[in-house]
Formats: sequence, C-alpha cells, structure tokens
Amino acid sequence: MPDALGLTPSQTAGPYLSIGLLRDLVPTELVDPGDSRAIHVRGRLLDGAGEGIPDGMVEIWQADPGGRYGTDAFPGFGRSGTGGDGSFEFVTLKPGPVPWPGGGLQAPHIAVGVLARGLLKRVVTRLYFPDEPDANEADPVLAALSPSQRETLVAVPDADGLRFDIHLQGAAQTTFFAV
Amino acid sequence: MRLDERGFAEVDDATRDGVDPPYDVPDYVGTRLRAPKQPLVILPATETELTGPAYGESAVEPHDADLTRQHEGEPLGQRIVVEGRVLGSDGKALRGQLVEIWQANAAGRYRHAVDTHDAPLDPSFSGAGRCLTDDEGRYRFVTVKPGIYPWGNHPNAWRPAHVHFSLFGRAFTERLVTQMYFPDDPLFPFDPIFNSVRDEAARGRLVSTFDIELTEPDWALGFRWDIVLGGREATPLEDGHDA
Repeated sequence: MPDALGLTPSQTAGPYLSIGLLRDLVPTELVDPGDSRAIHVRGRLLDGAGEGIPDGMVEIWQADPGGRYGTDAFPGFGRSGTGGDGSFEFVTLKPGPVPWPGGGLQAPHIAVGVLARGLLKRVVTRLYFPDEPDANEADPVLAALSPSQRETLVAVPDADGLRFDIHLQGAAQTTFFAV
Repeated sequence: MRLDERGFAEVDDATRDGVDPPYDVPDYVGTRLRAPKQPLVILPATETELTGPAYGESAVEPHDADLTRQHEGEPLGQRIVVEGRVLGSDGKALRGQLVEIWQANAAGRYRHAVDTHDAPLDPSFSGAGRCLTDDEGRYRFVTVKPGIYPWGNHPNAWRPAHVHFSLFGRAFTERLVTQMYFPDDPLFPFDPIFNSVRDEAARGRLVSTFDIELTEPDWALGFRWDIVLGGREATPLEDGHDA
C-alpha cells in the first residue's frame, strides 16, 4: 500500500491513566455477580522484581458463552485498574469456543491487554481455561508455544473463580503476543 | 520476519511498521522493570483480534467534550480547541469512534493522588474528556493547554506539554493509547518518552499543528491533530510467507 497514511505511534499511558480511562463507562463486572454463570477472574500485575504494579490497567475482550463477539446482551469488554499490590478483578462469563481462520475451533479464551506507566505500548496476552484440557490441547495458538510459554496463559482455579497473574518481565514472564 | 506454515513467528520486538517505540528504552527508567524481555509471539488475526468493542451516543454527554464546562467556574489557562480526524491507514474516516482524553491542568498538575508536583490544583478542572467521532471521523475537544511538569526520571526532567489519547479502532488489534504534543515544544530533545519513537517522521505524527482556521476569534487557540489507526493486519501475514 504505497499511499497508506503513516500510523500514529503509541506512547505510554503514564501513571495517571485512571483520570481518563477508569471512569464510569467500562465495567469490571461484565455480568451481574448474581448471575449463576458468573465467574471471578482475579490476578496481580507484577514487574520484573515480582512487585505488584499499582498504576496499571487491564482490559479484557471476549466472546459470550455461545462464541459470539459484541452482542447487545453481552458486549464483552471490561477494564480493571490495579490496586496497591497490583491486583485486578473481573466478573464475567466463560466464553464459548470461537472459529480458527484455517477451520476448526479455538479453545475458549479471553484476550487481555495491559497498559501502565513504563509500558510504551500495550502488551497483549490470552487467558485460557484450566477446565478445558482437551480444547487447550487442540488449540492452534497454544500448540505453537513451548510448554513453559503455554503454562503462563492457563489460569489457575481459585476458590470461586480463576487466578491469572501477569508477569511483565523475569523468569516467569507471561507470553505476550504481537497482534 | 519469517513465519512457519501456520502463520506463526517470533520477533524480538514486533512494531507496527517500525512506528511504535520498543518496550525496552532504558533512558525511560519506568521501562526497566516493566519492559517484557522475551520475544513477542505473532498471532494470526482471528475473530478475537478482528473484533472489538463499540460505543454509541449513550456513552457520551455533551459536556464530556468541553473540559472548560465541567464545573461551576472556568478553569485557568489558555483556552484551546483540539480537533482532528480519526482515520484508517487507507485514509478511510473512522466514524462513531470513542475518543478518551486526559491531561494535566494549565499549571502542570494532574488531579490524581499520586501527583505530588508542587503546583496548584484547579477546582474548575478535572482534566478528562471523551467524545464520539462524527461521520467524517472528526473529533473536537475544548480544553486548556496543559502545563509542562517535572518528573523524577532524571535530574531536571520535564515532560513536554501533552494530552493523553485513547482510541479503539475497528478491532482489538487497532487499540491505541498515545499522547498528543504541541508544536515547537522546547522539551522535545530531552524527553525519553517522545524520543522512544525512533523514526523521526513517525515522531512528528505525535505533534499537533497550530491552525489559525480552527482558532476561534477572541476565544480559543486551535490545534489540529489527525490520528491514523491500524493493526498488524495492515501488513498482511501473507507478506511473511513471501520472505
């Protein structure tokens, strides 16, 4: 595309992103916590020293339980700021499987984006579900990763939901994608 | 970049056409413990990446786009209009796009518990706005020019004046959070965040232009800034197979 316009570059969201982005518009609860299908996804956003990141934001984008994106009943987009210890939390529904471009299905997953001071551009990862061993085994994205990379993307069962810690750096770094 | 037969590849630092900064910019101290060090894995664009959230008229109130009218009194500072178009890389206007902004007040202070800069808060200024682009992809905000403020990155460090912008685009891949700067800011040569964009032309696209046509006589100065969105799908994966 020789005539394509030059893209606008990314810059860090900085330490004050909550002023503009964590207002009343985008929920941390994508579904009523009283919904019998509701699941809690909790985690911590951690830096290379293992310290919680208190000024970050996690965004999630996902299909509904039927595998459909962006329906009126379930828009499927949420935001959570991080607390003093880097903690974030969502209440959502488990998504259904969605198509793979080459045919077949992808295992249920949630797209995750992270913005923070010190990140000059967003990092993107995926959360997969621990109760889907067969679908995960057959998933083309997970299949392309090493076992240690794969391990960082599968959430861990928790008391009433799932735990998904995001390590930006270090030996336990979460696998991040270029999208 | 090389891709295997399934369209996967690993790259050290996948930038969009060399436009975005790398993660690891040691001059910007905040990156040191936060920049991922392992290579990114390239994902083929699936429905997950090619869809994204959309917002309608119910997401914005009229005063959301005028940061000078959100309180009883008017904020201090130079009143400005910031206007521009949100476009795809093919030049197509992106209509109905939610644009979210936030900024410091005219004295260079954010209304945020973490900002301890010894400059006054303005009781008439919150510093947050949002609007939807019109049918021509146009957004328009009225605000005050944000002040330059010091930060602790290095001795005598000051951020050039800027407004933070957040955009969704047409897909999860097009999500962009960035900063708009003002023309001829004397702090540009010293700012590691601005200079994290290595390509000079790309860096220039972060800077608004003063526009006398946009300026409202006896009322507000006008600055124009267009935003061009595109994910990696702007450079199809098939290109990699030919490499």
